[in-house]
Amino acid sequence: MAQTLEQPGAAEQIRKARVTPSRALHNILHRLPALSPLVVLILAAVAFGLANGRFYRPENLSIVLQQAAVVGSLAVGQTLIILTAGIDLSIGAVMVLASLIMAKLVSSHTVPGPVALLIGIVGALIAGTLNGFLVTRVKLPPFIVTLGTLSIFTAVTLIYAQGQTISLPAGTFITWTGATLSFGAFHLTIGVVLMLLLYVVFAYALRQTAWGRHLYATGNDAEASRLAGIRTNRVLISAYVVAGGVVGIAAWILVGRINGADPNAGINANLESITAVVIGGTSLFGGRGAVVGSLIGALIVQVFDNGLALAGVDPNYQVLAVGILVIAAVAADQWIRSVKS
Amino acid sequence: MTEPVLSARGLVKTFGHVVGLSGVDLDLYAGEVLAIIGDNGAGKSTLIKCLSGAMTPDSGTVLVEGREVVFRNTQDARAAGIETVYQTLAVAPALDIASNLFLAREQRRPGVLGTVFRMLDTGAMRKQAKQHIDELGITTLQNINQAVETLSGGQRQAVAVARAAAFGGKVVILDEPTAALGVRETGQVLKLVRDLRTRGLGIILISHNMPNVFEVADRIHIQRLGGVAGVITPQSHTPAEAVAIMTGAMTLEQPVRPDR
Repeated sequence: MAQTLEQPGAAEQIRKARVTPSRALHNILHRLPALSPLVVLILAAVAFGLANGRFYRPENLSIVLQQAAVVGSLAVGQTLIILTAGIDLSIGAVMVLASLIMAKLVSSHTVPGPVALLIGIVGALIAGTLNGFLVTRVKLPPFIVTLGTLSIFTAVTLIYAQGQTISLPAGTFITWTGATLSFGAFHLTIGVVLMLLLYVVFAYALRQTAWGRHLYATGNDAEASRLAGIRTNRVLISAYVVAGGVVGIAAWILVGRINGADPNAGINANLESITAVVIGGTSLFGGRGAVVGSLIGALIVQVFDNGLALAGVDPNYQVLAVGILVIAAVAADQWIRSVKS
Repeated sequence: MTEPVLSARGLVKTFGHVVGLSGVDLDLYAGEVLAIIGDNGAGKSTLIKCLSGAMTPDSGTVLVEGREVVFRNTQDARAAGIETVYQTLAVAPALDIASNLFLAREQRRPGVLGTVFRMLDTGAMRKQAKQHIDELGITTLQNINQAVETLSGGQRQAVAVARAAAFGGKVVILDEPTAALGVRETGQVLKLVRDLRTRGLGIILISHNMPNVFEVADRIHIQRLGGVAGVITPQSHTPAEAVAIMTGAMTLEQPVRPDR
């Protein structure tokens, strides 16, 4: 064993580690998980702009943003869950339920808008807490829990709605998120601004606070995090509860967008939010990704939708393109996770 | 003789009808490496879990510097200055070295940024992480921001040991630190263990690897069937004798005291 004493120390080992191009790319993608979706977004924008110059018009770009607002907000909540290596299939159903609560309280019970908003958000928080409780305390897999609660929340929504769609006048508090803010030729809605605020807040919380770091660590390796002293169950349940709050805000944005509530409005929102997160470079295996990627992911979907329509292409190709992007994003993630020294 | 930094008296732990520990005594002194060896099921893991707070013994006492302590969880043991490096390493692979060193012990910015906005003091943590690693002789670590998963097994182990050393005020417990490593990496980890000893920490090393144990340990605590079969030193016994004691082929009358 005497020979091992003369072996170079860990320091030399680390110094010797060569940086190959593939390793360098891996390091960059690792540090900036939103980089590859950003490149896709830019390439798509350039291509669609060349196909039809109207794509770049501020009015058109404003529409893209407005269309991305609801799924983009929802994707913030979905990102939190997926970072913990979970998944939330019920997130869209919770949003529709919360939007219905808000709209119905205002329209049929004449509850003041702010109170209705608060009750709707509390409803979404309770739904998120239920998911989190089942995942952390009853120890059920997130996929199964939220598959179940998806049905439950959808049923509650349909029972509560009694087949009705609720229309509300624009310009009230509860539909304020649909109000337009004009910056020159750009017409954003309050909903778009709220969505962007959500991204700012959560980009900060995930990167700059211990809570965010613990969320990443728990999603990355729950057992290791627990042994390192992180209270992982607390972190997990907090992700579901906070996601519930985000969904409540997404519901408000939805109410403003459609000026009311429709039990069938967010039927695809579950999967669309997952699509945005995955295209945005967040790993379905947890612990990797950046919330801003989900914004880029949501924008990519809308840009394809809008750009292909402007280019006069059959809109079904958008569905095809999104499918390819999802697979490409997951393949890229596999590569990022597989490269080892 | 100085007081043991960590000792256990009459630790008993049962799992239903299975006896994990049947009244185990242990003494660890500052500045020594105490190896714990034993066959599978001899109670090594149960013993260190009781010492690291991962498990609570049914009876018996744990003393830190002569004071009786009760560890309800690993945080309690940490607060008492006992750090454990688990066999699984307990590092988050996607996080960088600095983040892993400070995992679950993050420091916040001073002032309003830290108290109201809960902002992490990333700069200070990186600086300190680099200091700790330099102190341990892992100098010229080029990139403290490197993700742990891009490191080799030995380097990861170094990160886990560095974390334990940086915060372990008194005792570092290492559970099979070389089990998954090659010869070269094993050498690096054993060097770290010696460095920690030089710094005056008490080290408990659980290992199956007799050459490693005899190379680095000051004393060897042998577990057998939930009890202590004896405490020997690398000078007093040969590896073959240690294995014989471990398997019950030989018995030992007198525990050996450290001669320091």
